[in-house]
Amino acid sequence: MDNTVGSLARKKSKTKTTSSRRKILNIKKNWVLYLFLLPAILTVFIFNYLPMYGVIIAFKDFSPIQGIMGSKWVGFSHFTKFMQSPNFLQIFSNTVKLSAYELLIGFPVPIILALMLNQVRRARVKKNIQLIIYAPNFISVVVIGGMLFMFLSPTGPLNALLTLFLDRPISFMSEPEYFRTIFVASGVWQVAGFSSIIYVAALSNSDPQLHDAAVIDGASLLQRIWHIDIQVLKPVMAVLFILAIGGIMAIGFEKAYLLQTDRNLPASEIIDTYVYKRGLQAADWSFGAAIGLFLSVINLMLLVTANQIVKKLKGESLY
Amino acid sequence: MSRSHAKKIATINQSKTDRIILFVNKIMLSLIVIVVLVPLLYVLVGSFLQPNILITQGLSLNPDHWTISGYVRIFQDGSIIRGFFNSMLYAGGFTLVSIVFSVLAGYALSVDNLVGKKAVMIFFIFTMFFNGGLVPTYLLVRELGLINTPWAIILPGSVTVWNIILARTYFKALPNELKEAARIDGASDFMIFLKILLPLAKPIIFVLALFAFIGQWNAYFNAMIYLDDRSLYPLQLVLREILIQNEVQPGMIADQLARAEMQRIAEMIKYSSIVVASLPLLIMYPFFQKYFEKGVMVGSLK
Repeated sequence: MDNTVGSLARKKSKTKTTSSRRKILNIKKNWVLYLFLLPAILTVFIFNYLPMYGVIIAFKDFSPIQGIMGSKWVGFSHFTKFMQSPNFLQIFSNTVKLSAYELLIGFPVPIILALMLNQVRRARVKKNIQLIIYAPNFISVVVIGGMLFMFLSPTGPLNALLTLFLDRPISFMSEPEYFRTIFVASGVWQVAGFSSIIYVAALSNSDPQLHDAAVIDGASLLQRIWHIDIQVLKPVMAVLFILAIGGIMAIGFEKAYLLQTDRNLPASEIIDTYVYKRGLQAADWSFGAAIGLFLSVINLMLLVTANQIVKKLKGESLY
Repeated sequence: MSRSHAKKIATINQSKTDRIILFVNKIMLSLIVIVVLVPLLYVLVGSFLQPNILITQGLSLNPDHWTISGYVRIFQDGSIIRGFFNSMLYAGGFTLVSIVFSVLAGYALSVDNLVGKKAVMIFFIFTMFFNGGLVPTYLLVRELGLINTPWAIILPGSVTVWNIILARTYFKALPNELKEAARIDGASDFMIFLKILLPLAKPIIFVLALFAFIGQWNAYFNAMIYLDDRSLYPLQLVLREILIQNEVQPGMIADQLARAEMQRIAEMIKYSSIVVASLPLLIMYPFFQKYFEKGVMVGSLK
């Protein structure tokens, strides 16, 4: 489209009517393609855009009987209610801390893993290691949660091992102080291997002559990793970092909710789980929608900011 | 060739520190492999070996301690099996919708001179940056009457920008001459797509389908909020009851048992249900490994 319309616009002799007639001809000729677009557009419109319209209930006192339009406007009162509520600070800081830890640990580990794998000379050995460390990625989050509860229970295997050093078992899942460690460590166990794929692929596509030359020049292994391998990975790292920052507040409801127990709530209640409990379980629709919107706006700002920063630094951009 | 050459030089030129680093690297990788494998093997053994034996004395060679009763009870009850078939239906339906819709859209958007292409792209990409959130989405699904129907699992989130962009990138990379030649022969756009481009796109379609299927198979959240009817529960929700909520299905421990015995069996049922639920994917995925790598690469090209 860009080319034809652009070139048409440049030819000033052509009148507007011919260009729009061209467009109509183009549309007629390509009607099949529009038909192809239709199902995706409809699905996205219904399930992505209609809820965006529904967001206005965050500024209303929504009741299902009165409907979205009929409910009373209340402005920002749900937002102020959330921000003034006694547990706001705790929930907000839980969300930020959990995300930050996950990014801090979860982002570098796959890179390090890829650099380590890249040093394995025998292709077969490398393939087998990859096969094993990718496996946990295919286990469901419910199973991961179940395994954690069983392994970490006061009567579970970890405590059986710890009795050698401690006199009483630790109830890991009900102590808030262990929650973030359990969450992040199990996340690394599950996905770090699989997340390293993209870095491994980038490394194996890099030019081997760079290493040849460096070896001849007498560069040590660490020097080659730093000056060649890391440089090769930089663009991939940049893109994945933007994505990670953009999703930093969206750490995912699924696992946090599963690992919650009544007693670890002081550390495990995050915005996502709070939205679910207040918005759906307690049917406080408007309040839930307001907190959800609060979260979406933060995510949007983070994604745009992160993209701007990386764009400035590296010339890499997501969009 | 030059790679093996480099290795030869590298081995000759290896300094002492380099050799130490490589040795430490090997040890560390072995440890990582062990850390990944041990929990998985523990669950597998725990599903056959009575858990209290496993904890108190470790592996036991006494055949009396080994049993398949965990598995027997799972299959007697039926909720896991029903969950299995429900999950098949949901994951299969979700994958079908997701792939057909995204591949069609991706192809349309790969055609160069389509009027309005840019606007449609913006329409899709905007959803990456902003969404209505949980409550409005739930209210919509309820309004549409999809609660307690498979459609509530199959439709929402089935069409994603990523899939459309990946499909579009793939179609764009196919040589233009193919389409031109077919067009000169008088084939219609639809026939060109169906007979020439679609067969060439098989690898990307397979990769996208694999990711969609696994993602849906392992998800529980939408099912939890949209389905109340227990007969519609997918496998992950049944597992959640057993593993997280500690609700042993009545059919699994129907007979009168002593309390301690019951607890022991409940533990075994947990281990065996993990194995039953996870084994299919874990056995299948090595065959697809190269596709995952390919998929990730296509994704990184964008």
